[in-house]
Amino acid sequence: MKKYLSGALIAATLFSPISVAEPTEVHFWHAFTGRLGELVAAQVDDFNASQSDYKVVQTHKGNYSETLNSGIAAFRANEQPHILMVFEVGTATMMAARGAVRPMHEVMELSGAEFDQDAYIGAVKGYYTSTEGDMLSLPFNASTPVLWVNRDAMAAAGVDPDTDLSTWQSVGTALTALKAGGEECPLVTAWQSWIHLENFSAYHDVPFATKDNGFAGLDTELTLNGPAQVAHLSAMGQWAKDGKFIYTGRRNEGGANFRAGECALFTESSAGYAGIKKEAEFDFEVRPLPYWKGVGNSPQNTIIGGASLWVMEGHSDAEYTGAGEFLSYLSSTDVQAQWHQDTGYLPITAAAGDATRASGFYAENLGTEVAVIQMTANKPTANSNGLRLGSYDQIRGLIDEELEAIWSGDKSAQEAMDSAKERGDALLRRFESANR
Amino acid sequence: MNQRVTFRGWWLPILLIAPQVLISVIFFFYPAGQAIWQSLFIPDPFGLSSVFVGLGNFEFLFSDKFYRASFVTTAVFSILVTLCSMIPALFLAVMADRLIKGSGTYRTMLIWPYAVAPAIAGVLWLFMFNTRVGVVSWYLGQLGYDWNHVLNGGEAMGLVVIASAWGRISYNFLFFLAALQAVPRSVIEAAAIDGARFWKRFWTVVLPLLSPTAFFLLVVNIVYSFFETFGVIHTITSGGPQQSTTILVYKVFADGFVGQDLGSSAAQSVVLLFVVGLLTVIQFKYIEKKVHY
Repeated sequence: MKKYLSGALIAATLFSPISVAEPTEVHFWHAFTGRLGELVAAQVDDFNASQSDYKVVQTHKGNYSETLNSGIAAFRANEQPHILMVFEVGTATMMAARGAVRPMHEVMELSGAEFDQDAYIGAVKGYYTSTEGDMLSLPFNASTPVLWVNRDAMAAAGVDPDTDLSTWQSVGTALTALKAGGEECPLVTAWQSWIHLENFSAYHDVPFATKDNGFAGLDTELTLNGPAQVAHLSAMGQWAKDGKFIYTGRRNEGGANFRAGECALFTESSAGYAGIKKEAEFDFEVRPLPYWKGVGNSPQNTIIGGASLWVMEGHSDAEYTGAGEFLSYLSSTDVQAQWHQDTGYLPITAAAGDATRASGFYAENLGTEVAVIQMTANKPTANSNGLRLGSYDQIRGLIDEELEAIWSGDKSAQEAMDSAKERGDALLRRFESANR
Repeated sequence: MNQRVTFRGWWLPILLIAPQVLISVIFFFYPAGQAIWQSLFIPDPFGLSSVFVGLGNFEFLFSDKFYRASFVTTAVFSILVTLCSMIPALFLAVMADRLIKGSGTYRTMLIWPYAVAPAIAGVLWLFMFNTRVGVVSWYLGQLGYDWNHVLNGGEAMGLVVIASAWGRISYNFLFFLAALQAVPRSVIEAAAIDGARFWKRFWTVVLPLLSPTAFFLLVVNIVYSFFETFGVIHTITSGGPQQSTTILVYKVFADGFVGQDLGSSAAQSVVLLFVVGLLTVIQFKYIEKKVHY
């Protein structure tokens, strides 16, 4: 230890004349590669260039799960970054880890950076806000599911591309017409649990889990086997059986089918925009996610997916100030508006949405506003604020398994969802006992 | 008659086995002990707190019918992988052993797949059988067979078995070939003079002489199918559809590193430790008796 200290002293004396005020480093771990990785790097570079007190160092740590794991492992080794990107299903895990994370509102207070919680869009920040109304992390990339339509495929199958697709009832009619018209892949989906259960429940204002979907306590139980969800999945199961709904996998495998022009309708995140726009060689359109007319309070609002930025415990005040400045920079209107337009992710502040509208972006890129409207049309209810369930990555996995049993015809929707509830509740109880 | 050479004193023998003992302790006993210790707790992911639950983790596991089903899946998977990697390897080795011209090239080609990492092998096979763009699934479609391993559990199992066994055939091939070349020519010639044809000679003379190698490969391949096929399953099916390809090791990973449930994950490792220990004991106790050295 002594050796290191004297080494450090020598180094300090040697280098201090050159670098008088070394900027405080703020480490930021994220899960983005490719185009998104470049955009994040650009944001960081711009922030670093805009001031000289802090230097944000961004590092790619793998996919969402891997990034969360790296953060956790680093925390255990006492080498955690200042800012960690965590996907939305990891939210409950982070929230329960008092002592490992520092709530965002405290960081902002400490740093004195500009921060107005009311500036953020309710449906976006709700996912990451405590029951007392304090923001715990900064929503970074948020998206919501919409319906993508291949207009050429519709026309080819003899279905009017402008036909009403706002409700599942009318989608059902369209699917029958598409199938009859020779379309081999009338409907395909990505992220089945997120879209057809989590968002479905919020959109119809029916609970996905008790205790306000877990917002009000860890002693929550799944209610995804309710009549509304079962009715929807039964219809989907029937469509799967009739060859009107094609299952391609648990993640966004269906995107490849849709972008290649093989499918007519596609339920997928609004953030699929960049990829579809780049690859699709057909006339496509974005429609709001369909709802069942007469079920629940539909259409309520859909919820988000994506990731937020968490600030981790165990750093100095100066570093927290830097982290706060960076988060404040990311929330600023210009940065947000640019991010929203570049990626198709939702704007996290109302001002960024307004700026985008004012710039004429929505008018030039038809359909890009659908997701924003769908999210913000109604004030979120206890059922449509989001989900806050422990071990949710695992629970989503078992929901995927049960959904596959419906699509293959092995189980009825009711049987599958009853089983999902039973298995999921066991995991929720375990999470509760680990985080008491 | 039994002549035993013994060391005088204790120091030299202890010194000689020390490296092996040290390696075992550091890389096996210590982590295994840690796993057993951790299996008694439910920790939170960040290591901030930990609740002692005794055997609660095991109770939780064995009350889960999907976990119990995973044993069957693992058994089916391991047996299939072992058979599918050993039988073709033996056949190829017998054929390669008879080759006179070009045997070097032939052997090299057969050994090649072993150099492909499991995860990459998984991706290769996934591409060939991809339901949308796969070459094999396209041909199957031409033949009127609708390949869909995304929803069909049996097909998914078949695919991960082939992908896991494929690279392994090379490894087994090497050992079988070496063993075949060690079979004394005189024995085979004697059998040939007695009028035994090739397959008769193979079954009655060669195969029994191969049994030590076959036994060794059996043990190694079962251990392989238990632990090293993870990459293939992760890339091809992620354990699905439903739980049709979730083998025990994959569940350890999924619960520990995706679900952050380290207590359950540790308990599963302990269970696995016992299963593999038990299998090895059975193999050595019963099957080895039938092996002629």
